[in-house]
Amino acid sequence: MFKLLDGPQTLGRGKIFWSCFLAVLACALIYPIFADSYDVGNFAYFLIWIFMALGLCLMWGYGGMLSFGQTFFFGIAGYGYGVLAINMGGGTATIAALVLSVVIAMIAAGVLGYFMIWGGISGIFFGIVTLSATLVLAFFLGQTAGPEWHIGPARLNGFNGMKGMDPLTVGSFDIEGSALYYVMIALIVIVYIALRMLVNSSVGNVIVATRENPQRAEMLGYDVRKYQLLTFVIGSGLAGLSGALYTSWGQFITPSSIGLPAAAMPIVWVAFSGRNDLTATLVGSFLLLFGFQTITVYSQQAALVLMGVLLLATVMLAPQGFVLGIGKLAVDWWTRRRRRDETPALADAGRLQSDET
Amino acid sequence: MSAELFSVFYQFADVFAFLILSAAGLAIVFGMMGVINMAHGEFIMCGAYVTVGLVNLGVPLPIAQILAALTAGIIGMIVEYLVVRRFYKRPLDSLLATWGLSLIVTQSMLLIVGSAVRGIGTPEGSFAIGGYTFSTYRLVLFGCAVAVLAGLYIIFMKTRFGVIARATMQNAAMAKALGARTGRIYSISFGIGTALAGLCGALYAPTMTLIPTMGATFVVESFVTVVIGGANVLLGTAPAAVFLAMIRMALNASYGQIIGQIGMLFAVILIIRVLPEGLSSVLVRRGR
Repeated sequence: MFKLLDGPQTLGRGKIFWSCFLAVLACALIYPIFADSYDVGNFAYFLIWIFMALGLCLMWGYGGMLSFGQTFFFGIAGYGYGVLAINMGGGTATIAALVLSVVIAMIAAGVLGYFMIWGGISGIFFGIVTLSATLVLAFFLGQTAGPEWHIGPARLNGFNGMKGMDPLTVGSFDIEGSALYYVMIALIVIVYIALRMLVNSSVGNVIVATRENPQRAEMLGYDVRKYQLLTFVIGSGLAGLSGALYTSWGQFITPSSIGLPAAAMPIVWVAFSGRNDLTATLVGSFLLLFGFQTITVYSQQAALVLMGVLLLATVMLAPQGFVLGIGKLAVDWWTRRRRRDETPALADAGRLQSDET
Repeated sequence: MSAELFSVFYQFADVFAFLILSAAGLAIVFGMMGVINMAHGEFIMCGAYVTVGLVNLGVPLPIAQILAALTAGIIGMIVEYLVVRRFYKRPLDSLLATWGLSLIVTQSMLLIVGSAVRGIGTPEGSFAIGGYTFSTYRLVLFGCAVAVLAGLYIIFMKTRFGVIARATMQNAAMAKALGARTGRIYSISFGIGTALAGLCGALYAPTMTLIPTMGATFVVESFVTVVIGGANVLLGTAPAAVFLAMIRMALNASYGQIIGQIGMLFAVILIIRVLPEGLSSVLVRRGR
């Protein structure tokens, strides 16, 4: 079990890394004691999007599938949660609504993924087909303003957005504020650890082998399509988790969180952070979300321009991602200082660079 | 009877023109360089804004449209020189780079010019056949779409540039070894592609509201046309547009625009399962 945590596909290992990890986790856990509830709510809001970023990191960085459809599944699960929560009534049923909406997003991913992967779509076309689906969903939901668009008592409401669903609730206890924050932290730790174990497991090795060279992986006897579909479903399901949590956080969702420019955001986070590593994506996405939110208060357009600049700068200057690059520099510097110890981190850092996508 | 037939043709022509005009620029860039220009919609927007700006200054509409297409073409060549050129060996990165550009341009436009710009009305003029009236401008658009196809055919099949361009498309290294300046070919092709995007925006500018995010209206249609067309864009784009226009027209007529778009997307997803290489692969196989 523990071997899988420190496997070859993820950076960061050994006592130093895990002590840092625990230190950050401890800070995150005691944070609500020192901050007011508004800040805690904001913090929880950043954490919502992390799942989507980790899912894209798995698909794109590890699986080599550049999906532009993260907000598609985000929207399906987000609207799904709303519709289900309204229809099933509040209370503990909201937990079932959360789970079901993520399952619906995963089923949608399975269907779309089947047609694309079994059709042999890859590379650029994978991106633009998923983006087309995303935009069509946004257009569709945008014109559902009329009263005839409803599922049970849940009105879709077009661009005004769907509202009126209950937040996540257990019994009569609403999971909001600090409670929601702790749920998010727990979910992120679980997802992060689970993904680390997945990519370092034998399944993960096949996923990476497929990214490196699908023909070679196929010749070695793996049905790469199944592994690709699995990756796509997990990655998209995580986007769905973000969507359902988003709706329950704000009790509100609009088509603008699906269409452009929202669809570009996960790409910016993951590209900027370094798509080849889960930890880099986790850290980088959080930093970007924090920065974005800070600037959005003054001007949303300016924040989005900055995101565009970051994306352009990343592909032009550091195609591997800024956070990952800086992280590697730090590791290099560290190991050079302790050369006598012969730490293997340098060699491993080099090994991860060998992708051609 | 003939009035009904013409009405069907008119609806087909309307969708066909939209698909061809919005996809032609994207298809040329993709076919030549394997690059999907995610800022395609922004070049369309650029064409529309330049047209409206010039018309508001008093320039006649057709001249404004031609100037708008040229502007988009020149800006495209500058963008190619500054950005796209570096990514010919990394097509996925070119996708991200142009998407970054698209974000920058759309949001800057929102910051600078705001969301509302005074539009220009659709040119007047309609004619009646049987009991139906039709807008003349829609037929002009269809004529322009056919002219674009014919123009591209002549450029790529009948001129010296076309021969060299097709050679570059087939095997860039070999073309270069034979003395073709592939860099310049790419630059010109990208310019043609973005000029066509600008033309699309210029032609549709009188018919729609001008907002900086208007490019998004066109990208789905252009993407799916290119996907269905396949790798050989010279051969695939027109049949793909005919095919999609028929599906779209049938659905539009009975269920409305949005169902038409959803149906088109479903058709595309089904088709890529059967024909991942697109329609052009079938046509190429037939041709041999």
